[in-house]
Amino acid sequence: MSILVILEQRGGKWNRVSFEALAAGRKIGETMNLPVNAAVLGSGIESLANEAAGYGVPTVFALDHTLLAQYTPEGYTLAIQQLIESQAPDVVIFPHTYQVRDYAPKLAARLGKSLISDVVDVKVHDGGISFVRQLFQGKLNSDIHSNDKPALVSVQAGAFRAAEPGGNAGSVEAFQPQLDQSQIRSRPEAPYQETARSVDLGAADVIVSVGRGIKEKDNLPVVEALAEALGAELAASRPICDNGWLPMERQVGSSGQTVSPKVYFAVGISGAIQHLVGMKGSKTVVAINKDENAPIFETANYGVVGDLFEIVPALVDEIKKAKG
Amino acid sequence: MKIVVSVKQVPARDATLRADSTGKRLDESDLTYEMNEPDAYALEEALQLKEKLGGEVIVLCAGPDRATQTIREALAKGADRAIHVELEENGIPDALATAGLLAKAIKPESPDFILTGLQSDDLGYGQTGVMLAELLGYAHATIVMEVEPEGDKVRVKRELEDGWYQYVTLPLPVVLTIQSGIKKLRYATLMGIKKAKTKEVRTVSVADLGSDMESQATTEQIYLPPKNKGIQMLSGEPRAIAQQLVEKLKFEARVL
Repeated sequence: MSILVILEQRGGKWNRVSFEALAAGRKIGETMNLPVNAAVLGSGIESLANEAAGYGVPTVFALDHTLLAQYTPEGYTLAIQQLIESQAPDVVIFPHTYQVRDYAPKLAARLGKSLISDVVDVKVHDGGISFVRQLFQGKLNSDIHSNDKPALVSVQAGAFRAAEPGGNAGSVEAFQPQLDQSQIRSRPEAPYQETARSVDLGAADVIVSVGRGIKEKDNLPVVEALAEALGAELAASRPICDNGWLPMERQVGSSGQTVSPKVYFAVGISGAIQHLVGMKGSKTVVAINKDENAPIFETANYGVVGDLFEIVPALVDEIKKAKG
Repeated sequence: MKIVVSVKQVPARDATLRADSTGKRLDESDLTYEMNEPDAYALEEALQLKEKLGGEVIVLCAGPDRATQTIREALAKGADRAIHVELEENGIPDALATAGLLAKAIKPESPDFILTGLQSDDLGYGQTGVMLAELLGYAHATIVMEVEPEGDKVRVKRELEDGWYQYVTLPLPVVLTIQSGIKKLRYATLMGIKKAKTKEVRTVSVADLGSDMESQATTEQIYLPPKNKGIQMLSGEPRAIAQQLVEKLKFEARVL
């Protein structure tokens, strides 16, 4: 009986959501009195595995193989499948990263299971474990109960406070997966970053961020005026950049920049989780949205339910007055 | 080339959502529906692939009777024919069961490409495409931004996190899950809408497919997320709201 947490690294660096997944595993493990072990995959990962053991993990499985040096869905699926078959954990927890989204459903299908993806909380009770996941981009929650063994679960970034190093250091156990080049059909090239960003939203004190509520590109001056009045950087949620209304480098969220300004204005942004993970670190959040149930209000300090085209111009006037 | 695009019909984006009397399912009484947005981008990519490579685009859709509307929309935009896996009104299978139905329905077609959106905007599992690939024994890539066919292979640009990207080459046949926003979506023309009415839509039932996949995860309840107690809601006329907010920015957030 155990819980297994899959930690993610790329190029020797941890994906920080790994330790949030570890925290989620512990929330279950502590109540059910189960050991929470971890696994790390790659090639030449001994020092990473040792580092993970320093988080008080009893056993860290090091899945070391030259065919795991570059991520492929085939290699990762086979390796983790073999570890699950050997260890028979009760619950396997993944960080809900883009990489996990790429292979975990394949692994689940191979094991004949569904993946309970994008979990934001766990509730342990007499009847077992319920996993809380969001529906409709965060507008509804659902509690999912799984009778499966193992239950396969991925946890959303920002939902659990990351585990910290410390506690009784555990041991590293080498687990050699059986992999063959012929099983791997994907031919990945090296990951790269597109040309350096000219806008560093991460350094901004005040950000005015705009979402679908702005309706069309011609309406952008409404929020530009607010940004100007505040001396703020202008940013946006993904759909605005997808439409080419603002450049990609102004996008906040899991596929854009992560920001932590003193004040973040979310104007016409509903607050899908992919956006929230990029701005959760803001000290103060002001949300203006016509839908009172928009998930953005769950993260906001000040909320206004109303028409941004009436409220934002009034706000610009009042800010100008206040500044004299 | 035989190109399949798997699309889903979902509640319209601005729909008011609430649980029905069972507390386990969505109250569908006042909902309107639309094509899942990421799937609309997959459809666009499929149509452009056909323009480049020739062949046909087949729409694959699992859903109740109302999904016909979404299927017709795809046909009106230029898809050639469709396969509709007809589900019961409230029979929402989980990702694996859905993928199992879709795999059985499409397998006899032996497509070269299967495209679908990276996730659905309703349940948001983000798994159906990848599971479909596994069940069919196809290679796959997710969160795809560009598709470059190269004979019996395809080179795709994948989006990773934090502004990183990667090219991956895969052998055909392949399943690709498409990122939203990668191309401009076309509109259906009047001619397209007219033609769509005559295009073939083959309906298959769950019984026809003989699916034995059961959902193993059960939904105990769906509910509005708990309200944020730390929020101060400001109300009144726009002017009054603006004045209150400026006070907060001055004296609480201290940025003015």
